[in-house]
Amino acid sequence: MSHTLSNVKNRTPVKVWLGAFAIGAVLLMLPFLLGATAGQGWIRILNFALLYVMLALGLNIVVGFAGLLDLGYIAFYAVGAYAWALLASPHFDLHLPFWIVLPIGVALAAMAGVALGFPVLKLRGDYLAIVTLGFGEIIRIFMNNLDAPVNITNGPQGINRIDTFKVGEWALGRPETILGFRITGPEKYYYLLMALVILIIFICIRLQNSRVGRAWEAVREDEIAAKAMGINTRSIKLMAFGMGASFGGVAGCLFASMQGFVSPESFGLSESIAILCMVVLGGMGHVPGVVAGALLLSIFPEILRNIVVPVQQTLFGDVIVDPDAIRMLLFGVALVAVMIFRPEGLWPSAVRKRELNSGKEKQA
Amino acid sequence: MDIFLQQIINGLTAGSVYALVALGYTMVYGIIGLINFAHGDVVMVGAMTATSVVLALVGHYGDVSAFVAIGAALLVSIPVCMALGWTAERIAYRPLRRAPRLAALITAIGVSIIIQNLAMMFWGRNYQNFPHIIEPTVFQLGDARLSMLQIAIMLGSALIMVALLLLVHKTRLGMAMRATAQNREVAGLMGVNINTVISAAFLIGSALAAVAGVMITSYYGVAQYTMGFMLGLKAFTAAVLGGIGNMGGAVLGGLLLGLIEALGSGYVGSLTNGVFGSHYQDVFSFIVLVVVLIFRPSGLLGERSGDRA
Repeated sequence: MSHTLSNVKNRTPVKVWLGAFAIGAVLLMLPFLLGATAGQGWIRILNFALLYVMLALGLNIVVGFAGLLDLGYIAFYAVGAYAWALLASPHFDLHLPFWIVLPIGVALAAMAGVALGFPVLKLRGDYLAIVTLGFGEIIRIFMNNLDAPVNITNGPQGINRIDTFKVGEWALGRPETILGFRITGPEKYYYLLMALVILIIFICIRLQNSRVGRAWEAVREDEIAAKAMGINTRSIKLMAFGMGASFGGVAGCLFASMQGFVSPESFGLSESIAILCMVVLGGMGHVPGVVAGALLLSIFPEILRNIVVPVQQTLFGDVIVDPDAIRMLLFGVALVAVMIFRPEGLWPSAVRKRELNSGKEKQA
Repeated sequence: MDIFLQQIINGLTAGSVYALVALGYTMVYGIIGLINFAHGDVVMVGAMTATSVVLALVGHYGDVSAFVAIGAALLVSIPVCMALGWTAERIAYRPLRRAPRLAALITAIGVSIIIQNLAMMFWGRNYQNFPHIIEPTVFQLGDARLSMLQIAIMLGSALIMVALLLLVHKTRLGMAMRATAQNREVAGLMGVNINTVISAAFLIGSALAAVAGVMITSYYGVAQYTMGFMLGLKAFTAAVLGGIGNMGGAVLGGLLLGLIEALGSGYVGSLTNGVFGSHYQDVFSFIVLVVVLIFRPSGLLGERSGDRA
């Protein structure tokens, strides 16, 4: 083992460096290429895809690493978004800078995650799914109704005119010209989001092989055995909920700042399921798979939308089938089809593949 | 006091509908250990179909008697729901019968989304209004009002539950179902056709769901493609409250949940000085669910078993 390891280290990773450099260059140029060829709208879609990557990676910690099916994950996204919206908007006339709001949003989301984790610690599998689903709905109901007696969330109307992400006086939301280049708001956000996504991917990969990551895997495979091996299953599960939720919180903060508007409508069950679908399709517990799943399922429906609507208009003269319905239908079919034909996901990790196929081998 | 009696009546009415839906959950869970997430959506399809049928009848013949209209609605929506439930089992759940629970559950969520969005494509996003064909005959009990429709709903669901209990405990199919619930492999060895039994459970559950759908849409007067989600969640709560897998428990849980919800939303305003209004009604069932799962995961009538929770 040590021999192969040292071998890998000794080999000059020129190819790896070149590959990384090429990918980096493409990622760096992507918004300009996209803006020039497909239009500015696609940069926004790309930004949302990156948000979904963050969310999917967060959910992957809970569902993929620790094996706890969480159907209310969007609640943490909502907590992050509302934290930013309340602390940086004219609603309470607070305009705190990002280095205060972002940590608060992340901390609140993590706390919400742990608070959800406590009562459900003893539950497993299907019951856990239902309780987390209920939790997500409760958060949404509160956001819808906390406009009375004291107006906190402004109810179903939501909060608007939220501050954009600002470093000092430099605002990400405004277009500007640097060295003769015109850079739009979405393009600036793209770089921020990309940096955060790379950071989160790095954290996830490092986590997976850490002591905590292996403990999560042990709890997922067999909780009783994990306990017998001396793992504190209680705190390890809470940590999964908290870590997963904090990623959701980051994504929520960025969503609020980018969008400038939040309302309870954005945080429905269908979004939770969409994120679950990304994790499941990509391959539960496998970071590259989850990233691919999130990108695929957030960009493909947009491409579809751009094809389906014009096609219908030319064929029938009207939009008969709503592209949103097609998007959700696609998610539903993807969930069922993946579970039946390829339960390990499209790009699975080796361990998960073995585990999810064990039932079939027994049958054969 | 008048509010109290009124809320008891409303609670029992809603509770008997929850009980019907909860029976569908509990039957399937008892036999294959799957939370059929799509069950609430089957109820929704029942309600939407019934509304469409009645609307069509009213549109075609003008004045239709309530009995004929409801009868026709039942005649159409029961087979539609049964077909839907059977198809879902055949296509989505059967291949996963030996798969890990997580896989089956995720599939069930997928089926639920598929049904919901197909319904949306078919019926549209708007609420469908159930026409006013049922004459509001009302009995006055003190200050509380009890309508004919409420009596019909309670009596109807009671009758169906008795019939179901007889089916499960007195017939060969019922015996096969109980055997399969106890141990699928051994039941198979004893000559029970497992596939038939599971299909039968889905068919019966879906038929109950259709009846519940007709009741809901005629009682509340509206139906929409998203209604199945909340309803399914409440019925699942009812099933867990009574002890999932236990049929008597589902009935008890349904009625109790209906009462808790009605009394809770009736009194929460005055208890908290108007801070929380009755729009928090939906939160009650979740609170009940969480409390039950934490303190008595086997439910009121369920047997204690370590692995379930």
